[in-house]
Amino acid sequence: MNPSYAECSARERIARLFDPGSFHEWLPPEQRATSPHLAQLGVPCAFDDGVAVGRALLDERNVFVAAQEGEFMGGGVGEVHGAKLTGLLRRAVRDRPSAVVLLAESGGVRLHEANAGLIGVSEVMRAVLDARAAGIPVLVLIGGANGCFGGMGIVARCADTVVMSDIGRLGMSGPEVIEASYGVEEFDARDRALVWRTTGGKHRFLSGDCDVLVEDDVAAFRMAAIECLDRRCPLSLEVLEAEHVLLGERLHAAPAGADAVAFWHQLGIVRAEQVSDLDAAGLRELRASTALSR
Amino acid sequence: MSTAAGMERLQFTFRGGRRVGAFAPVLVGVVGSGNLEVLVEPGETASCTVDIETSARGFGQIWEAVLRDFHERHPLAGVRLSINDMGATPAVVGLRLDQAVSSLEQPRP
Repeated sequence: MNPSYAECSARERIARLFDPGSFHEWLPPEQRATSPHLAQLGVPCAFDDGVAVGRALLDERNVFVAAQEGEFMGGGVGEVHGAKLTGLLRRAVRDRPSAVVLLAESGGVRLHEANAGLIGVSEVMRAVLDARAAGIPVLVLIGGANGCFGGMGIVARCADTVVMSDIGRLGMSGPEVIEASYGVEEFDARDRALVWRTTGGKHRFLSGDCDVLVEDDVAAFRMAAIECLDRRCPLSLEVLEAEHVLLGERLHAAPAGADAVAFWHQLGIVRAEQVSDLDAAGLRELRASTALSR
Repeated sequence: MSTAAGMERLQFTFRGGRRVGAFAPVLVGVVGSGNLEVLVEPGETASCTVDIETSARGFGQIWEAVLRDFHERHPLAGVRLSINDMGATPAVVGLRLDQAVSSLEQPRP
């Protein structure tokens, strides 16, 4: 059996996803580019500030890589962490690798670092769009237990391609944040089935927020990344406006208080109740066979 | 129980080990709840130094005992260990230290 992507650390994912031994790290742990904020708050820092960045080979092609460590501060983006991501993307514009592959696992901005983290994430978004504008494809892989939320959720949707596993999650506010803001009647964060129906890989794949759905398997993520290396999506005002119209129509058509299953029905999926029971291959077949009213 | 905010910084030095040959720095573990990261780098030739930053204050004696055990298992010299700890138990610390040594012994791919 292949190793679970979700169970690997950020560095294990890099070691297994890219060609063996090809990863060359920039700002490695021994350089100690650590957070200047955490120590002041009495919180332990990490030698890489929770993200490893560098270059590697993927199927013998040169790519730039970043992997966020979800176990450290929930993958939260602090000042240094964000600067490493931004620097990697800017360097990609200069050095022109085949693509930039982001192994995202993050709850969003690291709250301890407040404004510095917020600015950091916004700089990452800008850098992703700059890389795409320069013709460098940006891929985001999401399959860690912490999901990809907050500012990093936005970063993911700024990319050309999003690859997810069914246990990966993508969203803006996390389940607990929604419940705290709108009440348990609106969203019960302890209802795991509800959480995954609303933010999980299957839902994102059906809604079109995720382009490729794979099993929770490092080899499957590797294959998907190789296949999507040259995938570029148009980046224009027209595309953005068309997306806004689509989302507006979806919102308008959605029944009040609709659950994800009702939304899948709305998309034209005939066996919407069975989605939770299907594996990734089954979901891919279902999406391909449905003329999704995207 | 101490209510003082902030980290505790500890340092230990062990002498009399066998010198380790040249190696590239190695990082094992993750700074997560109940876990720690250990960075192993070449250090002063005659000793094994250990620098610890931990969120769990007041466990200096236990750290010393765990590290002395480790140094008896692996009497290394010329090595500098740096640890960021988030409340790992002594058993987890011991396992991570052993993992760090076994990573050193494997040639880097």
